[in-house]
Amino acid sequence: MKLITHNMLTSKCLKGVVTGYPLAINATNIKVTEVDFNPEFISRIIPKLDWEVLWRAADSIGHSDGLPQTIEPKFEENSDFLKKAHKVLLEVEIEEGNLVCPESGRRFPISKGIPNMLLTEAEVQ
Amino acid sequence: MSRRYLMWFAHEHLDFRHAEMQSILSMLKIPIKFVEKPSEHQPYWIVDLPSETCVKQIAARSVLLKNCIELWSRAKSEAQLHKNLNSAVKNISNKWIIPNVDNEISDTHICPCQLLEVCSDSKKSFKVDVETFCKHFTMKEKVDKIEKFSYLPLHGPVKLNKPDVTLSYIEFYGVDPNNVPEEPCDLFFGKWIADGQRDLIQVHSLKKRQFIGNTSMDAQLSVIMANQAQIASGDIVLDPFVGSGSLLVAAAHFGGYIWGSDIDYMMLHARTRPTRVGQKVRKKEESIRGNLKQYGIESKYLDVLVSDFSLPMWKESLKFDAIITDPPYGVREPTEKIGIERDNYTLSEHHLDNHIPSKVEYGLPHIYSDLLNFAARHLNMGRRLVCWYPVVRDEYLEEQIPTHPCMKLVSNSEQVLSKLTARRLLTYQKISDDIPETPHDTRATVHNFRDRYFAIGEISRREKKERRAEELANSAIYIKAKQDRSK
Repeated sequence: MKLITHNMLTSKCLKGVVTGYPLAINATNIKVTEVDFNPEFISRIIPKLDWEVLWRAADSIGHSDGLPQTIEPKFEENSDFLKKAHKVLLEVEIEEGNLVCPESGRRFPISKGIPNMLLTEAEVQ
Repeated sequence: MSRRYLMWFAHEHLDFRHAEMQSILSMLKIPIKFVEKPSEHQPYWIVDLPSETCVKQIAARSVLLKNCIELWSRAKSEAQLHKNLNSAVKNISNKWIIPNVDNEISDTHICPCQLLEVCSDSKKSFKVDVETFCKHFTMKEKVDKIEKFSYLPLHGPVKLNKPDVTLSYIEFYGVDPNNVPEEPCDLFFGKWIADGQRDLIQVHSLKKRQFIGNTSMDAQLSVIMANQAQIASGDIVLDPFVGSGSLLVAAAHFGGYIWGSDIDYMMLHARTRPTRVGQKVRKKEESIRGNLKQYGIESKYLDVLVSDFSLPMWKESLKFDAIITDPPYGVREPTEKIGIERDNYTLSEHHLDNHIPSKVEYGLPHIYSDLLNFAARHLNMGRRLVCWYPVVRDEYLEEQIPTHPCMKLVSNSEQVLSKLTARRLLTYQKISDDIPETPHDTRATVHNFRDRYFAIGEISRREKKERRAEELANSAIYIKAKQDRSK
């Protein structure tokens, strides 16, 4: 699972959970794969992100090196910054671990890079 | 000055031709003018388009388009074609001569000689391709046909492999192979500009794809869907019933970044029973991601997630550029969501880790209701939801198609599946952000395909049995009568 996906996921489907965002990450296996750099796409996606959530997520798995905590105004022109954002968003992946609901503590396992967001039948009753 | 072109289409998926082309034209913002009214019986359009660049842009997207030529002459008889071209050599007015404006057929129009002159340079190599539809000719006959164009001012050398200019001569003998006329009913001559994306059908063929499932969408239809969803480079695309990810292959091919989700854990982990005949176990590289890697577009992969579409998972503010999906119809793939019929069900802690939740029916009407509500909420304004919708052909009425106040139906094309059933490719465009407070319920108008499918199948099975019994009885009587007579 990439951090761009983490930035968009919630656990609000759980009963009693209000926002369910952001999910905490417990990673046991992280890999970095190479992905073609597309500066237009990165510039377009950044305004849609919760940057603070991204930074904290990257920090929690030890990949926040050199990543600014806030976005500067003309970030589209800073290719160095776009490359760093690209790496954190698309190249760093959690292979094994858990996503944890911030309100209820419910764990969603990630195996072979695929998060399992299914609830149990007891939870949807 | 706009130019005249002949667009030649593959003679299949006729109901999709306009839908695909209109989507491409509106995405690329290219105006089109029909010189002749298109007809379903003819696999070609004669159109005015702004420039050659536009033609190439269109051809780079369309999978139903075979090729596109700059039209120099079109006629109803061979003599007329040569007459037009002969006159064209002398037409220095720099525009088309149209003798009779009221005539709907453009068979007497004469093109400006400038079109020919561009190709007449003695340094430009050329060749002439002869294509005949619905009739076969030998190479010798084709060469004879080419010789008849010797009056054209082409001064360059002939070169069959990669010439500077490819001229195209087309004879069309209709579409009925059992009733081929002696003379062609339509003839065309012009300069070849570009081929459509027919090659993609082979390149993305399911036969050679690593990971497929029982209901993987074929390559051509996937490309049509990506076109109708107007997926462009850098778009964010979601398939909420992703399965083996066949729709996302086409989406990623056109530059879309893809997310997929599915309730089927085993499918996303490629641990379901292999679909291919003779294959015992799934290979290690089999996955949606593996498919993208196979086609060299792995960089467009975002993620796939195991999730239940009936429950919200994405954050409220997330907007997609396109949603393309083929929901389960309840026949070959089950329509399911997490649930249990029993009350007060509890699960002990130590079972939790490897628990596979039980599922209940998630009827087609509910799926479409949820899908339209989801799309209204999570699509960018003006962007599209493209999805399949199964119908029983005899009972189909346009009113059955699900509706939503924020989603406008822009196209609806039928693919026939069997004598009784079909599926329709629905394309909706988001036209309003004014989403109703209570989720819009489309269920009232949607029929349940699964129930109808099996009910109708039951009747026809019984009918078939009865008919066979009757035939048998008749033939028995016949044989007996014959035997009696011979006695």
